[in-house]
Parts: sequence; C-alpha cells; structure tokens
Amino acid sequence: MESIVADSPASAGRPGGGRRPSALLRAVPAVVVLVLLAAAPFVLAPFATTVLGRILVFALFAVSLDLLVGVTGLPSLGHAAYFGVGAYTAGIVAINVTSEGVVLVLVAALAGAVAAAATGWLAVRSSGVFFLMLTLAVGEIVYQLSTTLDSVTGGSNGLYGIPAVRVGGTALTLAGYVYWFVLAVFVLGFAAVWLVSRSPVGGALRGIRDNEPRMRSLGYSPFRYKYAAFVIAGAVAGVAGGLFAVQVRLVTPSEAGFTTGALALLAVILGGAGSLWGPVLGAAVVVLVRDALGPTLEGHGPLVLGIVFVLAVYLLPRGFAGLAGVSAAVRRRRSRRTP
Amino acid sequence: MIEWFDSNLVSILNGFAVGSLLFILAVGLSIVFGMMDVLNLAHGALFLVGAYLAWSLLSGGATWGGFLAALGIAALVGLLAGGVLSVMTEPLARRPILDQALLTLGVSLVVAEVLSIVYGNDALSVGAPPGLAESVSFLGRSYPAYRLALIGVGLVLAVVVYVVVERTSVGALVRASVADREMVSAMGIDNRKVKVAVLGIGSMLATVAGVLGAPVYGARPGLDDTILILALVVVVIGGLGSVKGAFIGALVIGQVESLGRALLPDLASFILFGTLALVLVLRPRGLFGPRKLAGT
Repeated sequence: MESIVADSPASAGRPGGGRRPSALLRAVPAVVVLVLLAAAPFVLAPFATTVLGRILVFALFAVSLDLLVGVTGLPSLGHAAYFGVGAYTAGIVAINVTSEGVVLVLVAALAGAVAAAATGWLAVRSSGVFFLMLTLAVGEIVYQLSTTLDSVTGGSNGLYGIPAVRVGGTALTLAGYVYWFVLAVFVLGFAAVWLVSRSPVGGALRGIRDNEPRMRSLGYSPFRYKYAAFVIAGAVAGVAGGLFAVQVRLVTPSEAGFTTGALALLAVILGGAGSLWGPVLGAAVVVLVRDALGPTLEGHGPLVLGIVFVLAVYLLPRGFAGLAGVSAAVRRRRSRRTP
Repeated sequence: MIEWFDSNLVSILNGFAVGSLLFILAVGLSIVFGMMDVLNLAHGALFLVGAYLAWSLLSGGATWGGFLAALGIAALVGLLAGGVLSVMTEPLARRPILDQALLTLGVSLVVAEVLSIVYGNDALSVGAPPGLAESVSFLGRSYPAYRLALIGVGLVLAVVVYVVVERTSVGALVRASVADREMVSAMGIDNRKVKVAVLGIGSMLATVAGVLGAPVYGARPGLDDTILILALVVVVIGGLGSVKGAFIGALVIGQVESLGRALLPDLASFILFGTLALVLVLRPRGLFGPRKLAGT
C-alpha cells in the first residue's frame, strides 16, 4: 500500500532542491529547541537538569531504534542489548583506563557497533515476527550475561564506582556541565542518524521497508542495507548507553533488559515511527512518567506506561508526529487524498 | 557413555520437566500465531498469573484440593483473559502484525506491574501437592516426584493435543487456518469466533502451565519475561503453527536449559542462541514450519 504512495508524483519530487526555503524554515524550530535545551541548566534546578539529561540519553536510544523500526521497518525488541553493551563498555573503560569523555563515547559506539555486527548478521536475514523474536533472544542473552559475568559487570549489584567524566583532563562534577556534555553528544548522535535517514541510503532503506522485492529487482541488496542500518543503530544505541554510564555512573543489568527495550519501543511508537524527532518526545514522556512521576505513584510508573502503551497503539497509530501533521507519514496521506 | 548418562541423569530429567512445561506454553503461543497471526507477548504474563494463583491457594499448605482448585481457577482465568485479548486485538486486525504484538506487550507490562503491586517483589516458593513433594528413587538416583509427574502430564498433553489437531474435525479447522485463513473464512467459518476460541485455549494453556510450573519455578517478578523468551525460542525453532515442532523444540530447549546449564554454565545463554541461530540458518521457517508464511 505504502509503495504505491511512494511512487506517486507528489512525493517523487520531495528530495529535489525546490524545497530549500521550507527546509530552512523547518530548521528554525530545531534551532529554537536547541537554544532552549542549551540554556536549561541556567533556568532549571539541578534535579530537573539531571532529569532532562536522562531524557536526552533515552531519546538518543529511541532515535537509534527508530532508524530500525521506522525507517527500515525492522521492529526490534532487543535493542537494549546494544545500549547495555555501550553502557558497560564505557563504565569499564572509565574505571580501568580513562574517563576522558571523547574516548568513552567512541569506545561505547565501537562496542555497540561490534555487538550489532555480530548479532545482526543473523537477525536481519529474518523478517517480521522472526526478526522480533531473534532480537528478543539477543537482548535476553546480553541481559543474562550481564547478570552472570560478575567479575566484569558486577553482576546484579551493577557496575558502580564509575568516575566523573573528564573533558580535556578536567573532571565534570557539576550537573550542568555533565548535562552539556550529554547534550553535545546527543546533538551529534541525532545529526548522524538524521543524515543517514536523509541520505540515498536512507531512501533505499525506506524502499526496502515499503517494498523489498521491488528494491531487490532494482538491483539493491536488501541484506546489505538492512545490515548497515542495524550496525549504525547499534553504534548509536551504544553511544546512548555510554552517555547513560557517564550521567548515572551506575550500570545495572536492567539497562540491557527486556523492559528497557520495550520502553524504547514505546517511545518510538508514541512519538511516531520514522519521524526521528517524534521518538525524542516519546522518550521525554517515558522518562518523565518513570523517573519524575514514579515516586508519587509509589514506584509504579511502569503501570502508567503500560496503560499509555495500550492506549497509544489504539489512538495514535502514527504517534505524536502524526498529530503534529508535519511528518512524512501525514504528507503522504495528504498526497493520497489529492492524487 | 553409560557413566556420563548416569552422572547427568538428574540434569537430563530436569530438562524433560522444563521441556514439558515449555511444550504446554509454546503450543498455545504457536497455534495462536499460526492460526490468527497474533503474536501474544502477554503469554509470559499469563504464566505468571497462574504461578501467583498457585501461591495464593497453596501458601497455607499444599493440598490436592488447593492444587486442583488452582488449576481450575487458572483455566477459567486463562479462558477469560484470552477472550479479552481477542476483543482487544480485533480493532487492530487490519493493521500490521507488529501493532497487535505491541498491544499485547503493553498488556503484559500492565499485568506484571499489577502482580507486583498485589504480591510484592519477593520471590515466592510454592510447595508440590502431598504425595509428590518427596523425592523418589529413579534409575538409582533420587529425584523429586513432582517433576516426574510434570513430565508425565506434559507427555499426556502432547498426545492429547496431537490427536485433537491431527485426527478430529476441530483439528482439521486448526490446520486449515494455519495454512490459509482467508480460504477458511470464505468457506463460511466465522473467523472471529475461531479467534476467541483459539486465544482462549492458548491463554488457558499459559495460566495452567503457570500453576503446574509453580512448584518448580515459584513466582517472582521477571519470571514472565524469562518464560516468554524460552517459549518464543521454542516456537521459532519448531516452526509457527506446528504441534510437532513445538514438541521437538520444547524437548531441545528443555535440555539446553538444563543439561547445557549444568555442563557449561557460562555458555548456556550462547548455546540457547546458538541453537536458535543454527536452526534459523538451516531452516528459516523453523524445523516444522509452513513452507510459505502468510503475512510476512
């Protein structure tokens, strides 16, 4: 169904240069949001700044998952595995080698990419429900490893004693500085995923999502593209995990667990799969309900999230992005109405 | 060889006990998906409901009355839950399979959280009914009688399910629906009724398995995910919608979980994934899966 729409003249001209003014206009809200985010530590209390930082970490994780779910059409339930791998790697390197921020982010990215490359080689060969189950299995294995390998991961007590992150040799001890570090990496990570999604590779990924046999007959290798998307998503999830280790300075097995992956999927679905910015909002809702609202609900934030999850599936098939009316999905729907 | 077998007898028997529990779970999951394209991720949560139900009725002292009552109530709760799930997924029938899976995922989060509110976060243990609580001598080794009984129940259920699916007209409907659901509804069989029935029976098997598994696994938060993943692995290995596949898959994964963990404790998770990977590389649709899968 979607493939027919994607071929319609209305959307065929989209990537052309004629859209430049509107692209500039659309960059304005992004810049405004960025300025507001950068100014947040001056306005907010330290606790609120920390919550905002947690939102950014989870948002980057959700965006990496959206590259798989929304852009490539590969719903993964085990994406938390790469988040966990990144978090543990960054934590272990910070404790034993160096807590230099750039190094931590790079090793976390590398670890996420390697883990995704090792497991994705098999996972992306399957599709639909099989993919869902394979990723679930991968996620569970990483979770079990993180609980059983006590000597490396600290077992179920978690990896603690992670030193404060350093930038240029200076330890960042104030919440505001850590937040800016997180924000800077978030922006870079988001930009990376956005560029992939906008590039010809992103176009090919959407093509594979909408009509794989057709892309194959056009000479594309769906496996190669899906594998690339899987590895990139794993690397970005690793970076998000590294940021988590930097910010929280404690990594427990639940970071790699089923619930983390399920909540990230909730953020993507809630925000609107494929829009990239929607999952950021979805992540904000998830973190706010779990961390900020959690204490007032006597720790039963997951109950509210579960209910939100059920409602979102019924009421928001295209997420917040669908409500806002500017997502690609909605544009496509409009072009369908006026052929 | 004989010595090896003898020294690992307990692990092997445990593997069969785990396998028979997994079969009861996986056959429901497999048939629900094979027939109705509903991937029920709430299956593990239903298992946990059964386990907590068993604890509620048996914590005061394990009696046969309490155990049978738990089984009966669990069966009813499961049937009802299946009906509710069937009604809930109906509006999503025309949306992608993922949406229904996500709905059941949300339901499972809610159920697991409600259970932790009611029963707390501690691991609870459940006693076996009298007469089965002791260990008996089996091939020269002492072994818990309850687990032997569990193996027996699993075998009996496997035979019952096999006979029903392969030899009765209801079973013919099941097989036909797995093969081509649209053709079945074109022949005048109301798809929605079949869905309510199939989801009801599938969910009932999950809650009953929860009661049966309670003396082995107990009841604790997080058990739902562990069990769901094992059952999913069984279903993937065996092939969606295949009873024979669920049986073989459950036996294999039961041994991997028990014997694998006993012999190579550090590698057990890798063996589990390795088995799954190997099967999927050689037979992408599972050992006994349909040649062509509708909807993917």
